[in-house]
Amino acid sequence: MNISTAFSSGRLTIFLSGELDHHEARCTLNTIDELLDEYLPRDCVLDMAGLTFMDSSGIAVIIRTSRRMKALGGRVWIENPAKQALRVIDASGIDRLVPVATGK
Amino acid sequence: MNSLNYIKLEFPSKSSNEAFARTAAAAFATQLDPTMEELGDIKTAVSEAVTNAIVHAYPDSIGRISMRLRILDKHVLEISIRDWGKGIENVEQAMTPLFSTGGEDRSGMGFTIMGSFMDKLKVRSTPGKGTTVTMLRTICPRIGKR
Repeated sequence: MNISTAFSSGRLTIFLSGELDHHEARCTLNTIDELLDEYLPRDCVLDMAGLTFMDSSGIAVIIRTSRRMKALGGRVWIENPAKQALRVIDASGIDRLVPVATGK
Repeated sequence: MNSLNYIKLEFPSKSSNEAFARTAAAAFATQLDPTMEELGDIKTAVSEAVTNAIVHAYPDSIGRISMRLRILDKHVLEISIRDWGKGIENVEQAMTPLFSTGGEDRSGMGFTIMGSFMDKLKVRSTPGKGTTVTMLRTICPRIGKR
């Protein structure tokens, strides 16, 4: 699991790559928490183009990020999920809580 | 149903084995010539079931998890994940979407995802004795090769 970021005019993009499962979830949550504390973004984008695998642990990461952004008074959405991650997102119904932008 | 081939693996309930278990399951399933999407579904369902055993069956210890995959008649893949951990008191409640007794790194969507990615999902559990999750998925034979 690798995490990199880009920040410009209040928007923090978090690029997730590799496999996001329960084994990687705790560390990912902590890293995202630290990034949000550091940047205090207005918008947060979870870019999932590089995620080769994601299970319901990824849903927990999305829910947590959404709660944190709500507390900051900002918005969060998901961009570019690969097919497998998108199927998990669809099955969970999380797209009713966090918007998903595909095919950029 | 007739079993045409099978594998059986046993491993300790360490989270580092989650990736191993789903990759091994996918490698065995390739015999059925699945699509990438079907392989993704199998990996996801296995990951959820194995994670449940690691997180909930053995919350404070390392225990034994067994994974069996069988190829049955009519292109059916059967996946069975078994543990000898603390068991589930109320299976129906555990299978409710968003219900979770785990921490903030759990979403409560594990059984929902297993159920929607597999054709059949059966959970048998006895408190104090363990849990067996059995899933069936038909891999549609493809006509012609790509």
